[in-house]
Amino acid sequence: MGLETPLHDSHVRLGAKMVDFGGWDMPLHYGSQLEEHHAVRRDAGMFDVSHMGVVDLTGGRVREFLQRLLANDVGRLKIPGKALYSCMLLPDGGVIDDLIVYYLSQTSYRLVVNAGTRDKDLAWIRRHAADFDVDVRERRDAAMIAIQGPNARALTASLLDPARRSSALELPPFRGLELDSWFIARTGYTGEDGFEIVLPAEAAVATWNALHAAGVRPAGLGARDTLRLEAGMNLYGNDMDEKHHPLESGLGWTVAFDPQERDFIGREALESARRAGCLEFVGLLLEDRGVLRSHQKVVTAGGLGEVTSGSFSPTLNRSIALARIPPPVSLDVQVDIRGKLHRASVVKPPFVRQGKALISV
Amino acid sequence: MSNIPSDLRYTKSHEWVRQAPNGTLEVGISDHAQGALGDLVFAEVPEAGRKLDAGEACAVVESVKAASDVYSPVSGTVIAGNTALADRPELLNQEPYGSGWLFRVAPHSPDAVAALMSAADYERYLADETK
Repeated sequence: MGLETPLHDSHVRLGAKMVDFGGWDMPLHYGSQLEEHHAVRRDAGMFDVSHMGVVDLTGGRVREFLQRLLANDVGRLKIPGKALYSCMLLPDGGVIDDLIVYYLSQTSYRLVVNAGTRDKDLAWIRRHAADFDVDVRERRDAAMIAIQGPNARALTASLLDPARRSSALELPPFRGLELDSWFIARTGYTGEDGFEIVLPAEAAVATWNALHAAGVRPAGLGARDTLRLEAGMNLYGNDMDEKHHPLESGLGWTVAFDPQERDFIGREALESARRAGCLEFVGLLLEDRGVLRSHQKVVTAGGLGEVTSGSFSPTLNRSIALARIPPPVSLDVQVDIRGKLHRASVVKPPFVRQGKALISV
Repeated sequence: MSNIPSDLRYTKSHEWVRQAPNGTLEVGISDHAQGALGDLVFAEVPEAGRKLDAGEACAVVESVKAASDVYSPVSGTVIAGNTALADRPELLNQEPYGSGWLFRVAPHSPDAVAALMSAADYERYLADETK
């Protein structure tokens, strides 16, 4: 029996197939993973993401602390509510976790971290927070629901009274806002527009039911995975981990090397890696029939690479993957699927955004 | 509760077998299996002429999530693979006992089918497995 979110019984009542995910008992799908995927691309779907960790950081030196802790620079966050995606690194550059950080005020920030890594994340954060007198508070009292899709914001806003509705709908992308006991942010992990809401655990079931009644379709971890893969978004544990640094995981754009004097944990290792050159992180589109899967070998002109995440893309009706391969990058590679080599094209993710294919198949 | 047609034979690895009057066998995956696997998006079927041993992995069905082997219920020679699945793998979900069949095989021994589970046996087996 795994850990349960406040919405566990709702999933079971909806007929979800429940699976273990990072120690949590979570819905894989509610009948059809493909239909849930399409609902998010075309209309609106919702995910229980209460298994993720919400961590509030407060203190006079909290910004200085985060500028040391994170590879991306919270100094870029000037407006309260603004969000930033970042990796948290080991001194050798390995990725402890990827997370979203929200700037709430001069003295308070909120992190949202992965479920499978939350315990080690908290231990690491606490260890370093002590030096900066930063208070670390894990919000076990919070639930989180992600509502995603072209109609997600409008349907979610329909649950709010008119004053709150307009402030929610006015949120620009990657910005959050506290609305009474809710924290609502225009973020997500699907490549679609939408909201992620942090709310009190005791309000989760009523909110979930109201969203369902408004026409938002429950979607499971299965659809979440194919949506994020199509959107070219990394999954911790597959596409990056403690053995791989961000520069060889397609996350160079999240590492703020400027300003030079900002000494974040892992900086030195990443600077040497950058000088030495590193593996390339690419998207693959399978030209043959079949399905790309993580750990399959990729045969390239420069040597062997590996698929880090692979699946069937319901939007493209083809198999796609993220892969780490040795340079130089050629346009055509081969992937070993059960002992046979299959042709794949190297493409630049994302594959799909806002309901539209970004690569031609 | 999954559908278990009474006129078919079954294996512990969730294949079904239908015997034609001429003795050849049609093989697919059970309704229980397709339900457990979820939406199927790809199938790899054996080619005609391939010799199979009983229990040999000879086909693959892939859901969005994972690939699963399908095992030959009997020793025999493949007569045909279901090529329609290449374009319509969803038939495995929609009609597991009909147009979603995987391959047809000529068994080496005419008695091979009798050793497989009856529908009633398979139903008990599923009930035990899911306890």
